Amino acid sequence: MDERQFCTFYLDRLFFGIEVTKVQEVIKFHEITTVPLSKKVIKGLINLRGQIVTAVDLRTRLELSERQDLSYVMNIIIKIDDGAVSFMVDEIGDVLEIGNEYFEHPPETLKGIARELICGAYKLKDRLLLILDTEKVLSI
Amino acid sequence: MEEDMLREFLIETYENLEKLDSDLLVLEKSPDSKSTLDNIFRVFHSCKGACGFLGLSKLETIAHAGENLLGGLRDGAIKMNSGITDVLLATVDAVRKILSCVENYKNEGNTDYSNLLKNIYECQSGGGKPDERIEKSSVPACGEDDEMTARVKGLSKAQSELFENIVCEILSKKGSLMPEDIEAALSQCMGSEKEALPCKEPAVNTVTLSLDNLEGKSEQKGQNVADSSIRVNIELLDKLMNLVGELVLIRNQLLQLTSGTDDGGFISISQRLNLITSELQEGIMKTRMQPINNIWRNFPRVVRDVASTLDKKVRLEMHGKETELDKTIIEAIKDPLTHILRNSIDHGIENLSQRIEKNKAEEGLILLRAYHEGGQVNIEIIDDGAGINIAKVKQKAIKQGIITAAQASVMTEREIANLVFMPGFSTAEKVTNISGRGVGMDVVRKNIEKIGGTVDIENRPGNGTTVKIKIPLTLAIIPGLIVTSGGDKYAIPQVSLLEVVRLKADHSKNVIEEIHGTPVYRLRGKLLPIVYLNRELKLSGNEHVDISKDDDINIVVLQAGDRQFGLIVDVVNDTEEIVVKPMSKQIKEIPVFAGATIRGDGRIALILDILGIAKLSGVVSEAQDRWLMEKSFQNTKKNDEIQQILLFKTRNNGRMALPLSKVSRLEIFNSSDIEKAGKIDVVQYRGQILPLIYVSSILPERRNCIRETVSNKTDFDTSSVNFNLQVVVYSSEANKCVGLVVDSILDIIETNFEIQRTACRDGVLGSAVIQSRVTEILDMENLVKKINPSFFNA
Repeated sequence: MDERQFCTFYLDRLFFGIEVTKVQEVIKFHEITTVPLSKKVIKGLINLRGQIVTAVDLRTRLELSERQDLSYVMNIIIKIDDGAVSFMVDEIGDVLEIGNEYFEHPPETLKGIARELICGAYKLKDRLLLILDTEKVLSI
Repeated sequence: MEEDMLREFLIETYENLEKLDSDLLVLEKSPDSKSTLDNIFRVFHSCKGACGFLGLSKLETIAHAGENLLGGLRDGAIKMNSGITDVLLATVDAVRKILSCVENYKNEGNTDYSNLLKNIYECQSGGGKPDERIEKSSVPACGEDDEMTARVKGLSKAQSELFENIVCEILSKKGSLMPEDIEAALSQCMGSEKEALPCKEPAVNTVTLSLDNLEGKSEQKGQNVADSSIRVNIELLDKLMNLVGELVLIRNQLLQLTSGTDDGGFISISQRLNLITSELQEGIMKTRMQPINNIWRNFPRVVRDVASTLDKKVRLEMHGKETELDKTIIEAIKDPLTHILRNSIDHGIENLSQRIEKNKAEEGLILLRAYHEGGQVNIEIIDDGAGINIAKVKQKAIKQGIITAAQASVMTEREIANLVFMPGFSTAEKVTNISGRGVGMDVVRKNIEKIGGTVDIENRPGNGTTVKIKIPLTLAIIPGLIVTSGGDKYAIPQVSLLEVVRLKADHSKNVIEEIHGTPVYRLRGKLLPIVYLNRELKLSGNEHVDISKDDDINIVVLQAGDRQFGLIVDVVNDTEEIVVKPMSKQIKEIPVFAGATIRGDGRIALILDILGIAKLSGVVSEAQDRWLMEKSFQNTKKNDEIQQILLFKTRNNGRMALPLSKVSRLEIFNSSDIEKAGKIDVVQYRGQILPLIYVSSILPERRNCIRETVSNKTDFDTSSVNFNLQVVVYSSEANKCVGLVVDSILDIIETNFEIQRTACRDGVLGSAVIQSRVTEILDMENLVKKINPSFFNA
């Protein structure tokens, strides 16, 4: 039976997952340099051991409510072709191993930005794990 | 040129031969390996091709024979066996030998390879095992020891040694051996041991073999070219470069740390680290440097092709081929340069008939020049063609809607010439396959600006055009100025930086003026457009860096393309070596940032793209906006031109004025310093001869004739009295100086005046009321011309 591993995290009480193979590392709040004139979803740049990483706030990206306190933010560093980006999330969950049979595509009634960015959900016992399409999240 | 090509050929072929030996052995074991065979074939093929090109006929023959044999093997006509491998290995050895000969003596050597060739042909036709014995004699005897050589030749060891010495001597003198030399040498050896040679034939063979030894020895003496350089993957170099970049950053952090400590040992260690890092950085930088000739090399061909398509005769001259540039930059400028070159031939150089008509040499000349200057590389493409027809460009530009007629009328010639860089512009009557589509020059400019360079056109109507390109040496690590705006730090590349102006709080009131809402600053009498960095970046919260407040004002004067502007920042921090790091594509599209860097304290600073800021703020924009701005500037200038002027008195109490911008110094000379050069009084001034002009004698007061006669009597009699002369040193645009002798300097004032009367006499522009006195404004150019018409000519 096919199983996949997901790095999970919380955003405004929603439970999300990103395939673990795409994740480079998870770091705590990091000093951030704002980029003037950039789009709102881009919170700024992070110096990750000499590598400059662009930080994207997933709350803003998913059009959720605005974050109040930046200092509790967690950064999920995602590997991409030309380096790395960081997804800013509220809280980090466990790495989950889930069988593919629990997967289901989103219903047609899912509208707006969520429809674009969420490629499906895994039906866990007590809740749904929403899977993000990282490439689409990054095509800002 | 040929030298370089030969050198490269040698390096490449040596390298290929290295692989060839092992490839051949692989092939022997597995004769069916198609890829190996193809590899070997390719080596022979490219070697043959290059030989033909370089005129190495002997090598070409051998390579050709080898190629044929391999061709047969590849097609399956011949079966591989150890005999063929031997022959092929012998061929490789022969090639290697000729190469070393070429390298050391610049000729192919006199070794006879007919036996080898015969073997190759035999293998090819028969496919059978060639006669071992014949083959052996043709195989260069590199592997055989002195004993062996001597035995085969029938010479004793002592004899052969003597022989070698003699031949060596001849070789070093002449660089090549003739049969007679060898015979002479041999008979000399023979005489010493009274041993007769069996016959003449083997003697020649001896020479072949002994020469092999000799060449082997000479190779050991000097390293051959292949050993002195290696090829390195560019990715590895990039990685090293990045690592050095990191090291530089860490060094910067460490140096910041040292400034706060008293620990002597720590300080000295960090200083050493500092030194080594700088040296390492320089060294790595050098590995990436390549001579510009790497791209110029193709240009003679390009020029020839383009010229012959257009039926023109063009000669290309290249100066400064060895000028080195970072590899990435070299690659980036290749296409723009090629384009400019093609343009110069197509539009610049005239047709044969036109050239003859104009009394020019039939053959057009294009000169490529490259040189380092002030941390930048200058590349010039100079042609001696027709130059840019300003009227035509103007007309075309108007027709193509790039500018309006009104704009055209106020543009300077230089600006019009630079219109060729506008998108969509083309003057060609018809579209050729070389140029005329109106795409190109704008792309050229865009590409050059992308790597932080600038491009400019200098037009000499009738005599040609010069395209000047300035590009930075490297992109990876650049010096930058760190500034603060809105609490964040930004880096400004030093190449764009002209100067930093700091205005003290109490002085800064009303220093920044406004033209209909656009802030400007008077920098030495000229209006400088002002851009607020915090406003451009829409930084919130820091609105108080406004003119009226009590803070000091920091203006960073920057050059963007052919414009200058002042950027107001909160704090000017420091200059630092910054390592340019690319930004991810999500933010790349923001035009005002060129990249990011990590500073000494580990924080990120964004690198400002000066051209981007200039465009965003409208300092540099499309021709239209530019013209509008220019016009608004001109209008303000006309209405209330505030100038700094120098007021002085002539002997008859007449008041005269001169714009201060043309005055380089005020000096006092003693009359005893005055010497004569021809009819003109001169003084020695800073190692130059400074001609003097007496204002009162050239522009005598007309108002009062009596006074004039009086003054004439006391005309400077340099011999009798010693007195001091007040001299205004005036410098023309061509940096030529002339001293203006005045009676006394009255004042330097800032004023706006209107010239009320037009010129009433030569040398005077007109009069104006300054400080409620009528003052004559001198027209220096005319005044000087009046005395010496040829003065301003170079």
